[in-house]
Amino acid sequence: MLKPYFELRQQFETGKESVVDTINELLKEIDNKKDLNAFITLTSELAKKQAVISQENFDSGKPRTLEGMVLAIKDNISTKDIRTTCASKMLENYIPIYNATSVQKLVDAGAIIIGKTNMDEFAMGSSNENSYFGNVLNPLNKEYVPGGSSGGSAAAVSAGLCHVSLGSETGGSVRQPASFTGIFGYKPSYGRISRFGLVAFASSLDQIGIFCNNLVDLSSVCDIITGVDENDSTSANLGPTRSSSKIENIYKNLRIGYVSDEVLNNCTDYVTKKYRSDLNKLKEEGHELIEIPIHYSEAWIPTYYIIATAEASSNLARFDGVRFGFRPELNEGDNIYVKTRSNGFGMEVKRRIMLGTYVLSSGFYDAYYRKAQQVRRKITDSYKSTFDKVDMVYMPTTPGSAFKFGSRNENPIKMYKADFYTASANLAGVPAINIPSGLDDEGMPFGMQIQCNNFEDEKMIGYANYISKLINS
Amino acid sequence: MNEEIYEKYEPVIGLEIHAQLLTESKAFSSSSTKFGASPNTNTDPITLAHPGTLPVLNRKVVDYAIMMGLATNCKIREKNLFARKNYFYQDLPKGYQISQDKTPICYEGYLEIELDETNTKRIGITRIHMEEDSGKSIHDLDIDTLVDFNRAGVALIEIVSEPDIRSSNEAYLYLTQLKQILVYLGINTGNMEEGALRVDANVSVRPIGREKFGTRTEIKNLNSFRNVEKAIDYEVKRQIELIENGGEVRQVTMQWDGNANKTKEMRTKEMSHDYRYFPEPDLPPLLVGVDWVEKVKSAMPELPLTRKNRFVDQYEIPSYDAGVLIADKEIADFYEETIKKLEDKSTANNKLVSNWVMTEVMRLIQDRDTTVTDLKVSPEHIAEIVDLISSGAISNKIAKDIFSEVELGKSPKSIVEERGLEQVSDTSLIDDLVKEVISANPDSVEKFKSGNAKVKGFFVGQIMKKSKGKANPQLVSDIVDKYLN
Repeated sequence: MLKPYFELRQQFETGKESVVDTINELLKEIDNKKDLNAFITLTSELAKKQAVISQENFDSGKPRTLEGMVLAIKDNISTKDIRTTCASKMLENYIPIYNATSVQKLVDAGAIIIGKTNMDEFAMGSSNENSYFGNVLNPLNKEYVPGGSSGGSAAAVSAGLCHVSLGSETGGSVRQPASFTGIFGYKPSYGRISRFGLVAFASSLDQIGIFCNNLVDLSSVCDIITGVDENDSTSANLGPTRSSSKIENIYKNLRIGYVSDEVLNNCTDYVTKKYRSDLNKLKEEGHELIEIPIHYSEAWIPTYYIIATAEASSNLARFDGVRFGFRPELNEGDNIYVKTRSNGFGMEVKRRIMLGTYVLSSGFYDAYYRKAQQVRRKITDSYKSTFDKVDMVYMPTTPGSAFKFGSRNENPIKMYKADFYTASANLAGVPAINIPSGLDDEGMPFGMQIQCNNFEDEKMIGYANYISKLINS
Repeated sequence: MNEEIYEKYEPVIGLEIHAQLLTESKAFSSSSTKFGASPNTNTDPITLAHPGTLPVLNRKVVDYAIMMGLATNCKIREKNLFARKNYFYQDLPKGYQISQDKTPICYEGYLEIELDETNTKRIGITRIHMEEDSGKSIHDLDIDTLVDFNRAGVALIEIVSEPDIRSSNEAYLYLTQLKQILVYLGINTGNMEEGALRVDANVSVRPIGREKFGTRTEIKNLNSFRNVEKAIDYEVKRQIELIENGGEVRQVTMQWDGNANKTKEMRTKEMSHDYRYFPEPDLPPLLVGVDWVEKVKSAMPELPLTRKNRFVDQYEIPSYDAGVLIADKEIADFYEETIKKLEDKSTANNKLVSNWVMTEVMRLIQDRDTTVTDLKVSPEHIAEIVDLISSGAISNKIAKDIFSEVELGKSPKSIVEERGLEQVSDTSLIDDLVKEVISANPDSVEKFKSGNAKVKGFFVGQIMKKSKGKANPQLVSDIVDKYLN
């Protein structure tokens, strides 16, 4: 099993382990577990070359911050000269000519890219069943979904195929699969990590997120990729986080917000039970528990899906077969748009483009899009007043553990409800992180999440490490 | 149709002008905007809308939009939002255009146009907003449609007038002034052929006295001010005739066909796009504070009207002259440069320079179909000519004679020196010539003495001829008078 990077690094430094051997063994392991279908593209040769360079840097005593860390990247994040498909036929053969800001920062820090991970097409889905490249299997039980849309990134970490992976969240696409695969999944405050190079789904909600099975490595990556970016006008004007330094903090007298039973009525019994037991442990430690009123929770999912699909319908307009990507054989009289987009996009993507087009169209704009924006403002305001009273909100990430393949496909609304506990943080732009919390009867994991006020990412990662240790002790 | 019928109606016209801004890079990317580059070379991942790219606003675009707003008496908006205008076209890389929908940066302005010497009229400006241009589709090749993305993302401002314009002539005057301002501010080339300035006209008619507007049509593809005039006249006539014949004007988009000299229908309202505008989530609200506006204001170049008034005050030339000179910024610059080079900086010379620029220089520009900066004649040349004339060194006639050589870039002074054309102002030399001509024409002297004053002209002409045009005409006239009387 792959050791955490922070442990392995000491051994790289002392020469007990070699980067080259680590990569070679890992590639074998990935091959052994290729039935998981976690990767769309493996960058084996590139990784081997990088390993040699990393080894040299350790040998000469000049390793960079993340020298030799093995990294997997969701396939909707632009990687120069490495195919970036968004798990779509539309971009099956698209090779970007530039690196996303986050990727560039990680490469500069010495991380080794091992491959591009599978996902729901254009990040639209909650089960990773919407990939042109096939389903990703949950490494803990292959009959179960790994969650989505960043299913491949979650599975790769959970199966020990990389140290850290990048995913992306629009409504829960990092936290939900992290919950289903038993790992940490961090969604930053909106604007904390540059979106430049993240193929847009819904620009006002999208954020790149980080998966890892420990918070030490997660925070090291966080401290590298956060910070303002001149190429992303929506990035917050802040320097990189310094979460690594806060990770071992012991916290006293925290004010912890929890949700009422009413909000939990979607949850399975074992999630509710574990939630209550977690809260009890926190109380025993002397923390103050404060019930927080959850306003508009019935509007979270509709609001999220109106805004997300509206933006998506516009963001995905650029896939027209003119400049890059899939272009079908055109015959006399064919419309390039109709043919390209009918054949290039999968069902779920088309469904969301149509939804988004509808809610923005004249005559419906006020009833849907404008109203959703108003509700979003109210949700944001309600979060603000919540964080006047509490240091964090603690609640389930998902209503239950992973579900089986095909169990939710007949009704998209049922699938959309998987985002119930996650989407509000994206709407409000606040940071959130999944902590592995418990296992169900079948031994499948589920997680709880911590949400903090805007731009309290560093503190939140510190809380997460502290609470994770507490609730899993 | 009876001419009187047309008099019963009043045209109502509003104009929308798209002006490409002269920024070095595009509105939302660092791609170059240089005109005439090879197809698809002024591009980058942002221009081509590669997946994952994001727009970053070029602040120069905001500066220029503010400038235009200040020059047209607009209010400047403090909180600006960008919006996406969604439609599919192969030359629109993102599938949407970044524009401003409900929050144009400039609003509620106006321009005063001069209808004639004494009357001006105020044309309201509804809004000026920032947006990006599309690429260019090339359909007229005998193969598939080709697309050039060099123009895609170039910054534009759209200037929308109120429907205050009542004739094609008013439209022409409004456009002329607007273009002057754009060029004076240095934010647009004013070149309509290159598409740097594009005009759409909204035209309707209503019976005089009625308040309610008629149904309007929009005319696109107007690529010269003359075509704007022609298209408006055509459309007004068409609409009046349609109504008089019991028809109804439909809200359609028309295209001006310059070859057939008529408008033709492009699409009806039912066929019009639903642009699904919504706030651009990739750009935060743009805040334009008082400081920003003040900074732009303090760096504003002089506007055409201000310059005209200054020319009248400072150089004491007639208002008419000033108006002609300032109409083209480069010509006005040429004029001022010439004034600077003058040795004799008298008011009379200022007017003389104005005469030369308005006649010889402007004729040259027209004959050669060029611009003043491309002429071989320089301000130094004109200054030399005027100094030579005013000092009495050469006559106006000689000056005009040698201009054909000055045109080629030769210095007037050196021409005069080389060819010995310096005017003769030596009284004794002229005296001899006068005596000679008078003694050779006793008959004419008789005629003069018997009261035929015109004969004097004959003498002057003869003397000038003998001097090969070099004699100072004023001196000749004085001396002839002395001998004849």
